[in-house]
Amino acid sequence: MKDALPAAIEVKGLTRSFPGVLAVDAISFDVHAGEIFGLVGPDGAGKTTTLRMLAGILPPESGSMTLAGVDVVRDPERAKHALSYMPQRFGLYEDLTVEENIRFYADLFGVRRADREPRSLQLLQAAGMSEFRTRLAGRLSGGMKQKLGLVCALIHHPKVILLDEPTTGVDPVSRRDFWRILYELLAEGVAILLSTAYLDEAERCHRVGLLHQGNLLFCDTPANLKAGMPKAVLVIASRDTRNARKLLIGAQGISSMVIHGDDLRLVVDDAHTRMGPLKARLDAVPGSYDSMMQVEPTIEDLFVDAVGARDVAHG
Amino acid sequence: MLARMKQMMKKEFIQVLRDKRTRFILIIPPIVQMLVFGYAANFEVHHVPTVVLDYDHSQESRDLLSHFTASSYFSVQPPAADATQLHAVIERGGAAVGIEIDAGFARALRKGQPAPLQVIVDATNSNSALIAAGYVSQIASGFAQQYQRETMARIAPQWVAILPSVELASRPWYNPDLLSRWFFVPGIVGSLTLVLVITLTAFAVVREREIGTLEQIMVTPIRPAEFILSKTLPFFLIGLFDVSLIAVVGSLWFEVPFRGHISVLVLGAVLFLLCMLGVGLLISTVSATQQQAMVTSFFFIMPAITFSGFGFPISTMPHWLQLMTYASPLRYFLVVLRGSYLKGVGMEVLWPQMAAMAALGLGLLTVAILRFHKSLD
Repeated sequence: MKDALPAAIEVKGLTRSFPGVLAVDAISFDVHAGEIFGLVGPDGAGKTTTLRMLAGILPPESGSMTLAGVDVVRDPERAKHALSYMPQRFGLYEDLTVEENIRFYADLFGVRRADREPRSLQLLQAAGMSEFRTRLAGRLSGGMKQKLGLVCALIHHPKVILLDEPTTGVDPVSRRDFWRILYELLAEGVAILLSTAYLDEAERCHRVGLLHQGNLLFCDTPANLKAGMPKAVLVIASRDTRNARKLLIGAQGISSMVIHGDDLRLVVDDAHTRMGPLKARLDAVPGSYDSMMQVEPTIEDLFVDAVGARDVAHG
Repeated sequence: MLARMKQMMKKEFIQVLRDKRTRFILIIPPIVQMLVFGYAANFEVHHVPTVVLDYDHSQESRDLLSHFTASSYFSVQPPAADATQLHAVIERGGAAVGIEIDAGFARALRKGQPAPLQVIVDATNSNSALIAAGYVSQIASGFAQQYQRETMARIAPQWVAILPSVELASRPWYNPDLLSRWFFVPGIVGSLTLVLVITLTAFAVVREREIGTLEQIMVTPIRPAEFILSKTLPFFLIGLFDVSLIAVVGSLWFEVPFRGHISVLVLGAVLFLLCMLGVGLLISTVSATQQQAMVTSFFFIMPAITFSGFGFPISTMPHWLQLMTYASPLRYFLVVLRGSYLKGVGMEVLWPQMAAMAALGLGLLTVAILRFHKSLD
């Protein structure tokens, strides 16, 4: 992905604080055309603040941002033409129809009618909403509303797309549509920056930045991130995961333990040397587990281990 | 830029006109309120329920009471049997005026001595009590004068011709029949417009903030000034429509004359609407939700009407309050309304009011736009 082209989004030392909180702490990253970059982190990590600053609706305290080569702080009006920003809840007029909403946003961006109609048809079709053109936006389901928001946000062929938790609270079918539209957009050479609390979605991004308390902890491709993880992940299948977890408390080498359905996921410093002693510990209580094996780490393992928190959202 | 604004306004009109409830609110309540307020807002005192108590039972006392019965100001109830009953009727609100003629009334008259007449007025509403007491004294002195003339005619008819008297020739200008409705109807035009335009404007902008479209619009190339203009212009036109509607209904139904020039009234309405849009926008910048906007507009609307001279005359307010009335745009518009309707005066008289509204409107809009910019962050 990294080629000679200038980055579509370039962020350097971006900082913003609110009274009592340092929301975003001097973060730097860039996103290239044709790339989906995922900002991952728990609520309050600074994802929305970062996106709002990039969208030009929240002035940063320090740092610089350029979108498609335009400085957002110095020339916000020019940046807006290249930009599309979709907040967690896209602002739709519920008393206007699907078509009227699209037209409204198209006209605000000065999209010509000849361009608007085919674009709107294509996007609606991709969203699976062709037959709802005359329906009032207020009468759409939650997933549909979110997809209509995306259609409105894309009507003016933006070069840079900022999406703030676009699939939160969206049904699985709409979520699939959503990702399909995003991948199709990459062919137009756009750069997509999205935030998500779903760590399984992070795996679908080209690159991922892990944001925690305003700091960017990691920033790389999912594969590189996982390969670079110095620790190993063990999965213990058990009918009583709580009990198994209790038995393992205090064992050496464990850096985190998370109950995940019927599994207990452990992050340990070394799989080879630790598996034996751990099994022995569980064997002390017969039937406390069914199996233990080493698995490939996921983004979630990495993230949980890095943050040390147990309240990370599950996909 | 014009294309963006046109689209913004088109959207605004679609939203206002598509919603059945909004359509209704723009037309029916203003008309109904005009009609109802026109009947209700009235300072005149008529048919005051009156109870009488006659201990004298003389020709003279009956004669005096018949003056009350004949007057349309009073509606005389069945007479009370004694003072206790009279007081009871007034206490429970059965009568607002009690007239008690003590025994010896006629005897005093015949002797040429002052004949006492006791009048009790329920002064809970001090204003109408004052007016009713005035009517009582008018009737009593009319009766006394008539009695004097009759007595004089009997004993010294040659003197009647030179009996001195003052005849009042009052000529109430602009409202010859002293109809308080003529005073109120133009005022209602102003105050209804005030409530309607302020709430509509404030709510329309706050709603965009509440449903998240404001933030969405701010990431489009539209500039805040364009947004504000295209957001308020529709309400300006709607306000103009409503002023005309209320004014026409008011003057046709209540037959209030319109003596001035229509262009003067339109200019006044335009300047007044500028002020109202400014206030509405200002309210929207300090409110995050429609509920907050409602409470905030309440805090503006009540004083704006109270200090406008709509009901209470400004000249009787304490000096420091009189100074505050200069801040209420309605104060100026009411002068323009009443001047146009009743007096028929034009710009040569009303220019200070127009200038004041223009200055207030520009000031309010400027502050509102500056505040709006800040409230976006």
